[in-house]
Amino acid sequence: MNAPMPDRLRRSDRDRIMVTPEGITLPLTLASRGTRAGALLLDLIFIGALMLATTLGLIYIAGGTLGLFAKAEQPTALGHALQFLFILWVAAMFLFRNAYFLFFELGARGATPGKRIAGIRIAARDGGRLNAEMVIARNLLRDIELFLPLVFLTSASNGGDMGAAGIAATAWFLIFALFPFFNKDRLRAGDLIAGSWVVEAPRHKLQAAMSARQAGEAAPAFAFTEEELSVYGEYELQTLERTLRENRPDGIAAVHEAICRKIGRTPGHEDHRVFLEAYYTQLRARLERGMRMGRRKADKFA
Amino acid sequence: MATQPDFTAIEVAALRSDRFRLEREADWKRLESIVTRMEKGRLRKLSDEDVLALPVLYRTVASSLSIARETSLDAATLAYLETLVQRAWFVVYGPRASLGSWLRRFLGGGWSAAVRSIWLDVLLALAVMVAGTIVGWLLVSHDPEWYHALVPSQTGDARVPGASREVLHATLFGDKGQSALAMFAAYLFSNNAQISILAFALGFAFGIPSLMLLVHNLAMLGAMLWLFHGQGLIFDFIGWLSVHGTTELFAILLAGAAGLHIGRSMAFPGERSVLQAAAEAGRRSAQVMAGVVLMLVIAAALEGFARQLIDNTPGRYAVGGAMLLFWLTYFYAFRRDTDGGQAP
Repeated sequence: MNAPMPDRLRRSDRDRIMVTPEGITLPLTLASRGTRAGALLLDLIFIGALMLATTLGLIYIAGGTLGLFAKAEQPTALGHALQFLFILWVAAMFLFRNAYFLFFELGARGATPGKRIAGIRIAARDGGRLNAEMVIARNLLRDIELFLPLVFLTSASNGGDMGAAGIAATAWFLIFALFPFFNKDRLRAGDLIAGSWVVEAPRHKLQAAMSARQAGEAAPAFAFTEEELSVYGEYELQTLERTLRENRPDGIAAVHEAICRKIGRTPGHEDHRVFLEAYYTQLRARLERGMRMGRRKADKFA
Repeated sequence: MATQPDFTAIEVAALRSDRFRLEREADWKRLESIVTRMEKGRLRKLSDEDVLALPVLYRTVASSLSIARETSLDAATLAYLETLVQRAWFVVYGPRASLGSWLRRFLGGGWSAAVRSIWLDVLLALAVMVAGTIVGWLLVSHDPEWYHALVPSQTGDARVPGASREVLHATLFGDKGQSALAMFAAYLFSNNAQISILAFALGFAFGIPSLMLLVHNLAMLGAMLWLFHGQGLIFDFIGWLSVHGTTELFAILLAGAAGLHIGRSMAFPGERSVLQAAAEAGRRSAQVMAGVVLMLVIAAALEGFARQLIDNTPGRYAVGGAMLLFWLTYFYAFRRDTDGGQAP
């Protein structure tokens, strides 16, 4: 697991390394607790909306049936029809409560709609295949983590006084809700049992190649000496890359001035962007040459 | 189908790493489009060519990533490749089984193999259930007041200590006319399913709450057995119960055993880490639990319909016994598992 960390600007204690069966090390970032709470809230809102819509729909149908059979005066048929609607309702509520998460997490994206919006998904902790049993296990546990104490709490508070039962339900709820704070992989109880974890599922577009923009142009207008290029390392190169890609005039001007000061040139009236692109390309060429020789320079202090 | 790289306007990149990238970009973009379509679930729109190309492209891009890591300092390209390989990895190694094929594998051996693999926990849970029944019986026979503590009282329930034989007999037979059978069945299923999910999920706390839940439920059964025994109706009561009880109690037994299995694996992980042990046990138990929910559907149907429709004790015994025989055969005699069989 001591694979070299990829070069990135941002590192956090949520970064993990996964090794694929091909031996490729893939960096993963665990989803933050806040993101997961937000995703769960969204899912609960969706489930609530589905339940409400189904209930209202069935009540509407029941009302219609009532009117229909009342005219026909068939009490037994009416009873059967209403019974059927009630069964439908019980089954729908059971499915929404238990199958919503299962259905979506078994899909190709491994995420419920709420998770998808939050940009996270579930994955197997051991780097293997995510299978149906894991998804089932992690969602069965959701019942005692979330739904049970909530039901318990509402029934306890219905009586008017929040006695021992209310306190017990709150404590229970808090134990599971705070579970992700007490392990380094931010697992909730269901993740622990299932062997899964929740990771960020970022998407990046392929950006233009920086040095290819100069295709067809003459040789770079600026040439930098070895000393001028040796002051910076990879970290500064990436900061420069980001500045160029963001392409904000004030940012470019500021970076241009900083680099000029550092390498001892007086900032002239040249095109800032052209200057920076040339510096970027030559700095990268130098650092990449070093990489091929097995020398890396992490930042300006290295 | 493949988007051919546009080599007509060859870009001249100043950097070797950018030339490397421009040469391979077409493959990357093709993989990205396949992965995007698969993530959206549009499998039908994928051509055979694309499906065949996926594993190859995945490996190509993965190797591009490892080369780029060693030779390129283009952070944006590295980030793109990393997320692309990650997304492709999730698609290639994602949940392989569709729900349908998983269900086929599950019913055709996976479930029974999982049940057999937790045999020790099933035996333990069975012992606890028997003990719970005996405890319930003994408690109530010493002091009938215990009955109210063990059996949740419902208003209008005739089944209380001191009830006459006729009253108790009437609770077992003769409510053929009950109109809301199906409604009752649906309600029972939903209720029982939540209870057994609870028995499983509580295994998390080293299995002890699972066992307590089993004891509590079975003590209730013991108390009711005692009540009907007092009026010489125990034979009829067991018949009344066995129609659905053999399925339902079996399901509760398996749920408790699944919970116990997790608890036991966490308490005694052996050479594995606790987390790994919990994960392995969790996956095995999850299969058992998926089956338990199915069994409870069947139990609720039996309870709601068959019990009310069959109004004599021998018939009820026949149904209950047949169901028990069916489950035992299915779990312990039916072995078609090809995955090596973890049976004892």
